[in-house]
Amino acid sequence: MAMGLDFEVVDLPDADHPEAGDQAPDFERPLVDHEYWEDRALSDLTADGPVLLLFHTMDGAFPTTYMWNEVRDRGWGQGESDLQVVGLSISSPYEHKTTIDERGIEDADYRLFSDPQNGVAEEYDIAHDLDGMAGVSEPRPAVFLLDAERVIQYAWVADEWPEFPDYDEVEAAIDDL
Amino acid sequence: MSDPDITLYRLQACPFCERVVRKLEAYDLDYRSRFVEPMHSDRDVVKRISGKRTVPAMVDEATGVTMSESANIVDYLDRTYGDADETGGAA
Repeated sequence: MAMGLDFEVVDLPDADHPEAGDQAPDFERPLVDHEYWEDRALSDLTADGPVLLLFHTMDGAFPTTYMWNEVRDRGWGQGESDLQVVGLSISSPYEHKTTIDERGIEDADYRLFSDPQNGVAEEYDIAHDLDGMAGVSEPRPAVFLLDAERVIQYAWVADEWPEFPDYDEVEAAIDDL
Repeated sequence: MSDPDITLYRLQACPFCERVVRKLEAYDLDYRSRFVEPMHSDRDVVKRISGKRTVPAMVDEATGVTMSESANIVDYLDRTYGDADETGGAA
């Protein structure tokens, strides 16, 4: 319940999403960096080391802006870390390129998967039909930290809308890798 | 799964790029597509690999060749991967 808050939140139904200890479902989608996009599988990335997979609302919505600002400011995956940070939303590769420019995450090499038909979220059982946008479904906000075997080390899925990840908790899980 | 030898830098809906794709498919070649910016001045990755910002541009790691211009690329693919019959007897 949102008692005491100055905005209303909506409870989301239970989701049967993958949990810590499970192997994350693999998928292949266009992966966008600041220069180009190409089809990449999640398993291609984990083959190179741990991956932080961030599902977020469509590019341009304020939760996406705030989330990337926070990740950038915390410097996840920077310096000597071998963690790869990737986002995923239903936005097109063109919009992802704008997000990379506007959030200033080019040098951090944060990349974004594009999944306009929302099939990945369906596979992870975190699809969310948007009220007031007919026919539009996107992932609910979610965080999965994967090791090199694609096994989930930390999982968080929003059970209210809107809701943000607990960044300190995610950071602790990254530090425990 | 190993990466394909051929990488095609392309622009969505660019007819010159599609011409190259048709040829790659005709010869059943394994390739990966990298889609770049519509804005010419933003195509730094293409400039870096080929020296020019035009697409299509192709890298073939099997032969060490990098080239631009669809006509050049199609000629190259015919010469390198085409049947002798189709290319007028060239090996």
